Amino acid sequence: MKILVCISKSPDTTSKIAFSDNNTKFDENGVQYIVNPYDEWYALVRALELKETNGGSVTIATVGGAEDDAVMRKALAIGADDAVRINAVATDAYAVALQIAEYAKSNGFDLILTGKETINYNGSQVGGMIAEALDLPFVSLASKLDVNGATASLETEIVGGVQSVEVNIPAVISCAKGMAEQRIPNMRGIMAARTKPLTVVEPAAIDTLTSFESYELPAAKSACKMIDPANMDELVELLHNEAKVI
Amino acid sequence: MSTLVYINSRNGLAKNALEAVTYGKKLGQDVVVITTGNAEDAVLAKLGEYGASKVLVDRSVTNDDSQQLTRVISKATETTGANTIVFSHDLVAKAVAPRLSVRLKAGLVAGAIAVPNGDTVKVNVFSGKAFGNVKVTSATKIISLLPNSIQPEAIGSSCAVESFDGEAGTANIKLLDTKVPEGDIPLPEAELVVSAGRGLKGPENWGMVEDLAKVLGAATACSRPVADIGWRPHHEHVGQTGVAIRPNLYIAAGISGAIQHLAGVNGSKVIVVINTDSEAPFFKAADYGIIGDAFEVLPRLTEAVKKFKSSN
Ligand SMILES: Cc1cc2nc3c(=O)[nH]c(=O)nc-3n(C[C@H](O)[C@H](O)[C@H](O)COP(=O)(O)OP(=O)(O)OC[C@H]3O[C@@H](n4cnc5c(N)ncnc54)[C@H](O)[C@@H]3O)c2cc1C
Ligand SMILES: Nc1ncnc2c1ncn2[C@@H]1O[C@H](COP(=O)(O)O)[C@@H](O)[C@H]1O
Repeated sequence: MKILVCISKSPDTTSKIAFSDNNTKFDENGVQYIVNPYDEWYALVRALELKETNGGSVTIATVGGAEDDAVMRKALAIGADDAVRINAVATDAYAVALQIAEYAKSNGFDLILTGKETINYNGSQVGGMIAEALDLPFVSLASKLDVNGATASLETEIVGGVQSVEVNIPAVISCAKGMAEQRIPNMRGIMAARTKPLTVVEPAAIDTLTSFESYELPAAKSACKMIDPANMDELVELLHNEAKVI
Repeated sequence: MSTLVYINSRNGLAKNALEAVTYGKKLGQDVVVITTGNAEDAVLAKLGEYGASKVLVDRSVTNDDSQQLTRVISKATETTGANTIVFSHDLVAKAVAPRLSVRLKAGLVAGAIAVPNGDTVKVNVFSGKAFGNVKVTSATKIISLLPNSIQPEAIGSSCAVESFDGEAGTANIKLLDTKVPEGDIPLPEAELVVSAGRGLKGPENWGMVEDLAKVLGAATACSRPVADIGWRPHHEHVGQTGVAIRPNLYIAAGISGAIQHLAGVNGSKVIVVINTDSEAPFFKAADYGIIGDAFEVLPRLTEAVKKFKSSN
């Protein structure tokens, strides 16, 4: 089974969020990039587990520039066999998805896995877009994934609960919490990652449909009003009359 | 030109569906709603009150298969000549809107939180720690509205409901089983949420959280470690890697307020924090703070709410 895992980078979750150039650019000063947690903890690790039981290979793909190689090496250290970087700026989800679809078209994967969302743009867009571009089924927000022959069995999040579904592969699947346990790369993995193949492929000509014009930080909260723990009637009164939420 | 609004009417008209129609109306064009499934005409006609001029319903599609829904909405876009398609950014939209974007080559704004300013729409980015203004450059636009960003506004009267053949084709995903715990308020839609963290010491102490939620009519939530150690079900986990919510009221007991937790809840209108530690970072994000033991404060708050409810 050939599995493709789409990997993006995201700022370390504790990064200070700030903007530069008149609030038009994310300020990367002092920001550490990590593999987007959903891509790493769930999509990649589950792909490796499936390879370990069913055989096959796990390729990771990123749309990005040379600065993304470091993050790709981290994903290789966790156990992917090889990496492909599509050498284009990740302008918007549409462009990213179509680049990956172009690459996937000529390489025949049985499964294409993405994370649930990137934690910087939170779009949850790329997976569904790849699926449409390849005319494949898309199972979104899967929390369980098993493959038996040509059939994948999954559990997915639905509003307030879960559902079990089956789909024939090839298919595109976005991976959420529950699918696998995080793996910490060991020294051997890190050493091996240095020599694993990281192929750079040139991008196809693809349009961009959206662009981020500017950013804003939320207004600072006014100071927190402290309430006597013995006086919950006062809190209820404030929630009703002042905050008007109950 | 018109605006097409997709709503999921599987469980009647949910609040987020009314929000989407209201939002569609605010775009200033004629609003047509497209839906699938078995909701009664009389129910769907009510969408007229929120600004729809017509509801199209394809009754041949009874599940939420993303390929079928994409075909139906795409056909409806063609039929109505819509240049804007609005979704509520729920789990179904997260599967369908991206597909539609590729099919129609229409730029998608995912997670909009306000009415557009020209071609630019405001969204949450960095897990709610900032906002971004996204410009759509394609002729057709798709906007997926974050639930609880605007209030539904009833302004008109009921509208016509027409059956529609969206040429849905077949579903590739076979639905085997659905588990929705009964009686629970789904977290993403809840207006009031009571949440607790590791400060509660163990799953046996969640009775106090549930009691407060019950008297308020609130949903329950938890921090990530609490779901990870199995004290609470995974779907209750809020934060950067869990569900992102934006209720009117979020009450957090025994949660420290780590940045990854805040990322999922800082869109809440009002935050109440109960913590024994006056230095807990959560107080910086709170509107009302109580320095105290959750084991005493929660039952006391439950009594106070009960008293308030019985006298109002
Ligand atoms: C990549 C990444 C993603 C993450 N994503 C998430 C996420 O999505 N959601 C999330 O929640 N976390 C997430 N985390 C974890 C997060 O960093 C914190 O570790 C977690 O939120 C802490 O949970 P807690 O507040 O319940 O526990 P603790 O940090 O242990 O805090 C317990 C709090 O309870 C208080 N307390 C103790 N006893 C009482 C009492 N009797 N009454 C009242 N208060 C009491 C303590 O003072 C303390 O503040 C993530 C971490 C990483 C690295
Ligand atoms: N630049 C990229 N390169 C490769 N995969 C990506 C990229 N951006 C996003 N993805 C994948 O798409 C998923 C959803 O991203 P998003 O639609 O941005 O929330 C991520 O979890 C990744 O798996």
